[in-house]
Amino acid sequence: MTSFLDHTINGLVVGNIYALLAVGLALIFGVSRLINFAHGSVYVVGAYVGLIAVAHLKLPLPLTILAVVVGTGALGILIERVGLRPLAHSVRIAPLLATIGISFVIDQLIQLTFSPDPQALPSLVPDWRFTVGGVTVGALDLVIAGIGVTSAALLYGFLTFTRLGWAVRATAQDRDAARQMGVDVDAVNRAVFAIASALGGLSGLLVGMYYNYISPAMSFQATLKGIVAEVVGGVGNVPGAVVGSLLLGLTESYGIALLGTTYRNLFAFVLLVLILVLKPNGLFASNRQLPPEPMTGTFVAPSRPLKLPASALAGLTVAAFALPLVVTTPYVLQTLSNAWLYAMLGLSLTLVAGTVGQVSLGHAALLAIGGYVSALLAVDLGLPVMLAILAAGLATGAIGTVLVSPAFRLRGHYVSIATLAIGEIVGLVILNWESVTRGPIGVSGIPPIEIAGIPLYSAAATYWFTLAVMVVLALLQAKLLASHLGRTLRAIREDDVAARSHGIALSRYKAIAFGFGGFAAGISGAITAHLYSYINHETFNAQISILALTIVILGGMGNVLGAIVGSVALIGLPELFRITAEYRILIYGIALLLLVRFRPQGLLGTV
Amino acid sequence: MRDDILTLSGIDTHYGPIQVHFGLDIAVPPGAIVCLLGGNASGKSTTMKVILGLQRPSAGTVTFDGRRIDGLPTPAVIGRGIASVPEARRLFGAMTAAENLRMGAYLRRDASAVAEDFETVLDLFPRVRERLTQKAGTLSGGEQQMVAMARALMGRPRLICMDEPTMGLSPLWVDRVLDLIAGIRDRGTTVFMVEQNANLALQIADRGYVLQTGRIVLSGPARDLLTDPRIRDAYLGGAEAA
Repeated sequence: MTSFLDHTINGLVVGNIYALLAVGLALIFGVSRLINFAHGSVYVVGAYVGLIAVAHLKLPLPLTILAVVVGTGALGILIERVGLRPLAHSVRIAPLLATIGISFVIDQLIQLTFSPDPQALPSLVPDWRFTVGGVTVGALDLVIAGIGVTSAALLYGFLTFTRLGWAVRATAQDRDAARQMGVDVDAVNRAVFAIASALGGLSGLLVGMYYNYISPAMSFQATLKGIVAEVVGGVGNVPGAVVGSLLLGLTESYGIALLGTTYRNLFAFVLLVLILVLKPNGLFASNRQLPPEPMTGTFVAPSRPLKLPASALAGLTVAAFALPLVVTTPYVLQTLSNAWLYAMLGLSLTLVAGTVGQVSLGHAALLAIGGYVSALLAVDLGLPVMLAILAAGLATGAIGTVLVSPAFRLRGHYVSIATLAIGEIVGLVILNWESVTRGPIGVSGIPPIEIAGIPLYSAAATYWFTLAVMVVLALLQAKLLASHLGRTLRAIREDDVAARSHGIALSRYKAIAFGFGGFAAGISGAITAHLYSYINHETFNAQISILALTIVILGGMGNVLGAIVGSVALIGLPELFRITAEYRILIYGIALLLLVRFRPQGLLGTV
Repeated sequence: MRDDILTLSGIDTHYGPIQVHFGLDIAVPPGAIVCLLGGNASGKSTTMKVILGLQRPSAGTVTFDGRRIDGLPTPAVIGRGIASVPEARRLFGAMTAAENLRMGAYLRRDASAVAEDFETVLDLFPRVRERLTQKAGTLSGGEQQMVAMARALMGRPRLICMDEPTMGLSPLWVDRVLDLIAGIRDRGTTVFMVEQNANLALQIADRGYVLQTGRIVLSGPARDLLTDPRIRDAYLGGAEAA
């Protein structure tokens, strides 16, 4: 009983920290209909501003809080200016992608400045503990609760009693009408980003003090947790976000008590998927309430795609195959093989996100499924490698489609969030299903690819193999898109309501797209596993999902050739210029940001 | 005509490659109700957007009180003394009727005068007074229209722009709303309204313009237009277009 109460206290304290994050996300969504993926980065910045204030400047707690609030508030204003304002007239998903780019940039800058290693953030609160009725409460718990309640009260006062607060609420309800009352909507957005970011930064500071541990890697998880809490409470619903956060905190706390810490995030994401599927408007949406404005997720800027004549394509293909005869440096060939593997993933994503308009943020999970299926079939069952790879492709198509199928009825941003969560769930299942996947140890000793009994050890052989597989997949996909089926898929992207009213069964066609895309991605993951000979649950992480998205945007959404060109540009070029890994992520973030802003149709144009 | 409170001259408007207005000229004298009539897709609502700064014209000028307002952002236009009753009312549904009225006075800094106007406006719209604490989204269409007009008056505007104020209302409410609009004019506020319902609008208006596929095809005193047979032609979809 005592421990139950202790877990409750712990859950509420953690929930309080999540609430500071989620409230900011809800405020931002309210006024700008944007899910701010840079929110976790702001939270990390808050933690590091706290570190400087506490460890280097030796400031007392109130001044530290002030420094965090001012620093992250200013960062919020900067994010609004760079990520949101210039994209006011773009498609809905554009600012979301911009905030992903911004989060890459901020996270990497933090990592370059402070090193990727975790650091201790000294708690400024004395380690007093009180035992009341069998429950132990620490002084820090009380400080966190106090900051949470004070922030909530200040926010409530701001929204209810100040002129700017009214403007915020009016803008959240009807932006154009607010403008016609004389509200400067840009100023409202700026204020909201500042407030939301200050709260997010505070959350980062508190989390650092609570766990006595901060690291740049906290960013992504924080964004996800905030989003989970926000969706549970109803997107854009500020009080809902508080309740959703407390629920999330409690769920995690009880869940960890029952099953152990590695399951922590699994609860969050399963909760998220359940809410998205069962009550997409959040727990507190009344039935009378209208659903939020449908957000069609198409990220396809109208453009005329660049068309190469068949002879040029054939020439390029021949040249690509002939390359190892001229260039013999293994490093170059390995890099390009890697680019071909990413191109397969890009083909998959450009079909799903570009052609059908389902912007998936969890695509790396398909690689993981393919990699694990093929590796385990070859290692545990002794299946010939080529057969294992083929089976992995088919299995990934099937498993991927089944996993995503709950998201088929969702639209726009919700598809992105759901696929992100499903991707995370796949990783967590791999981590926790030790009897099959070997858990955190990973799978080692994966046999190399062999053709007719001859293993492909040389760089040139690998190059030819990956290129050949990629070309076959690309040709298949081009054929698919040129058919009646391709037209149907594009119709779903353009207007799913109109498509449905013409008798198109949306779920079936989305399933076809995910099935085909899953096959290509599964093959890519499987080949990767056999090339690496070792994989674990982190081999195919969420960064790869975002990289894949950047690749297909760079090439031109829905564009088959674009996926290949984008992959060569983003995988091949940084490697050839020997740019180190940290800077590469920075480049990816900047590339995404610039593309969304200046060339949303990509290099070759959207199809 | 130097003292017209609002003038549009030579307005061209484009949505991308599509031209919506072709050399629009409209003049609104102070203290009058001027209505802009036209069927679907004639460019009526876009005219409203041009005045309010929600849509930039590609040519021509808009002046208010003799000063140019085209190119100004919407809040600045509102700050000059123009209020808007948007199409479909566009109340802040989750805020109470009282909060909606206060939003109408958003740009005003004279708190005591705002409080006075609050009472005056409620005297004009007793129905709104009964609904003050109710969420605006739960009111009936007619009540919402009243809140929208009351909200516009709270800005103490010299010109109110109304976009289809009778749309979607029952005949009873249409009459009430038109009476109230006439009352607003009689208290000295100029009204520029866009309407589809020509007969009703012209009964209270002083002057009317007929817009057809982006061009003014007819204009004059409301009395004359009411009896003009061409009004009907303009509404039947236009011999001109055919």
